[in-house]
Amino acid sequence: MLESYIRNRLKEKEILLMTHIVLGYPSFEDSFRIIEAMVNAGVDLMELQIPFSEPMADGAVILHANQKSLSKGSTVKKCLEFSGEVIKNFDIPFLFMSYYNILYKYGVEGFAEEMSNIGIKGAIVPDLPPEEGEDYINAMQKYNLSPIYIFSPTTPYERMKYLASYGKGLIYCVARKGVTGAETQFSNQLDDYLSQCRKATDLPLALGFGVKNKGDIDFLKGKADIAVIGSETIRLIDSDGVGVVGDFIKSLGIS
Amino acid sequence: MIKRGYYEEFGGAYIPEILVSTFDELEVEFRKAKKDPGFWQEYSDVMSNYSCRPTPLTFAENLTRYFDGSKIYVKREDLNHTGAHKANNVMGQGLLVKRMGKKRVIAETGAGQHGVATATMAAKFGFECTIYMGEVDVRRQRPNVFWMERLGAEVIPVTEGSRILKDAINEAFRDWVTNMDNTHYVLGTACGPHPFPEMVSYFQSIIGKEARKQVLEIEGKLPSRVYACVGGGSNALGIFSGFIDDDVELVGVEAGGKGLDTGMHASRLSSDDASIGVAQGYKTYFLQDDDGQMKETHSVAAGLDYVGVSPILANLNESGRVRFESATDSEVVEALSLSIKKEGLIPALESAHAFVQAFKEAPKLSIDDIIIINQSGRGDKDIFTVADAFEDPKWKEFIIEKAEEYHA
Ligand SMILES: Cc1ncc(COP(=O)(O)O)c(C=O)c1O
Repeated sequence: MLESYIRNRLKEKEILLMTHIVLGYPSFEDSFRIIEAMVNAGVDLMELQIPFSEPMADGAVILHANQKSLSKGSTVKKCLEFSGEVIKNFDIPFLFMSYYNILYKYGVEGFAEEMSNIGIKGAIVPDLPPEEGEDYINAMQKYNLSPIYIFSPTTPYERMKYLASYGKGLIYCVARKGVTGAETQFSNQLDDYLSQCRKATDLPLALGFGVKNKGDIDFLKGKADIAVIGSETIRLIDSDGVGVVGDFIKSLGIS
Repeated sequence: MIKRGYYEEFGGAYIPEILVSTFDELEVEFRKAKKDPGFWQEYSDVMSNYSCRPTPLTFAENLTRYFDGSKIYVKREDLNHTGAHKANNVMGQGLLVKRMGKKRVIAETGAGQHGVATATMAAKFGFECTIYMGEVDVRRQRPNVFWMERLGAEVIPVTEGSRILKDAINEAFRDWVTNMDNTHYVLGTACGPHPFPEMVSYFQSIIGKEARKQVLEIEGKLPSRVYACVGGGSNALGIFSGFIDDDVELVGVEAGGKGLDTGMHASRLSSDDASIGVAQGYKTYFLQDDDGQMKETHSVAAGLDYVGVSPILANLNESGRVRFESATDSEVVEALSLSIKKEGLIPALESAHAFVQAFKEAPKLSIDDIIIINQSGRGDKDIFTVADAFEDPKWKEFIIEKAEEYHA
């Protein structure tokens, strides 16, 4: 189970690291090398984003990665096959992140079945609140997968509890308003928000949006259980190439 | 789990968590306004003293004689201030923004009519204003970009995706998830997450209310058919709502682009190319591939060049209450030309789609039949596109001279 994996891991480390990549960006071969470098450098869990043409919650960096991946011919089928290969090769939990249309067009139940077949542990679907997610929640439950819900700084406390009642594995706390990739202030305000999140749920808390270096992660120690790095590695790959990923992850000092 | 804003299978609110509170606030404010008897009065007062409402229902005598079939009437949304039905929705949402106490508005725009209307409303009510517009549309609707900027709005050309309306909507949402505290997103059509489809059609229903009353006053009976073009669906829902409970055939006309068999079109309900999906916050028919990736669309009319369609119309298609047809780019230019010559009416390229279908059907009806065409907007904005379509030599000469003047 995702949650027990996280709890066990937390016995050895103060904070875990989750990374986010876009499948097929810059290419599937590169995606494999990036994952390999990340796992070897001590990443604890990973989000694999299946690209979508309208990634509404993503900022420029991840948006462009989605578009490039699609223009090079990524398909959902290829993403599923590739992820199956990855899971056979690396022994950490992998999650899918995508927008609801990808699941909906595939067939929600069939998609969950396929996730379970290839060994994906859970999914983050940012445009699917529980109110719209009955089929998804049922399918995830049937295949023993974790539907991961998102808290945001605009989420009232009561709604946090409501979301947590549907969530499994972990809760993804968005650090600030806005889309992925913009700057975040790691400040006392974030402390208050995270302690509010902590009160609302017993699930492990991941914090993402704007996390980009060792300083940010050190700030989160003792406040969140998992730090999430997304746009920053993609930005690095864009400027310096896939080769630098391992060293970057090591520089975060989490292993 | 409470599902909201469904029209049978279509609609909903597929929104990121960060916007849930903002949508809740909007919904509460809209419900309050809708219940407040003074609100509709305030709205129609603004529309009459700022935007020329009620707009006339014009008898197209020459076209009627020319086609020798039904009587043809035209509902004149082109006479709204800013030149299109978009003003109806925008002024309504503007009043809500005042009630919510927000100070900034953002909008997407395709044809630029919604952008101009929003920039105008912002100028009048004293809001800051940012308009997102696909780079392709910025080029083909340049006059509207000029006016938006004169009106004090910041126009941001969107260079992502297919660089048209849907991409402008994505960018507007990206702005909103960052700035929702002081900003309202004035969505321009009856699409997007609940409550937008309901709210936009509520404000646009002023068209149908007037048209029904007018046709009864003039003719003493209801029309046989009503025609409207369909981009997102707001002008169509606006006029259709006046006749939805009557024995009146309602016809929505989508963009046939270069022809349905070429794949280069934006016909979601009148072609077999679309399927049900969820994007931009709502469930409807989208032009998408088997994986759920949105396809490129095409239309000579920027305002109809969109992958999705109002969930309310998707449902009215399913139930058979509205019939959907399509008109190709070249048919549209022909119909435009005929309306100009016969009636002195200059419909927008979007609106001309409705004229195409009405012109196809009018000759088959009798003089006892009445049809109404919704002229959703005026064509001034299309001067560059239309001049190119007509290959107007004098216009070309003028542009060349003008360019030389700037070079000098
Ligand atoms: C004049 C005019 N008519 C129609 C439309 C299409 O929108 P809707 O289908 O929402 O009426 C537009 C959109 O920009 C427009 O400018």
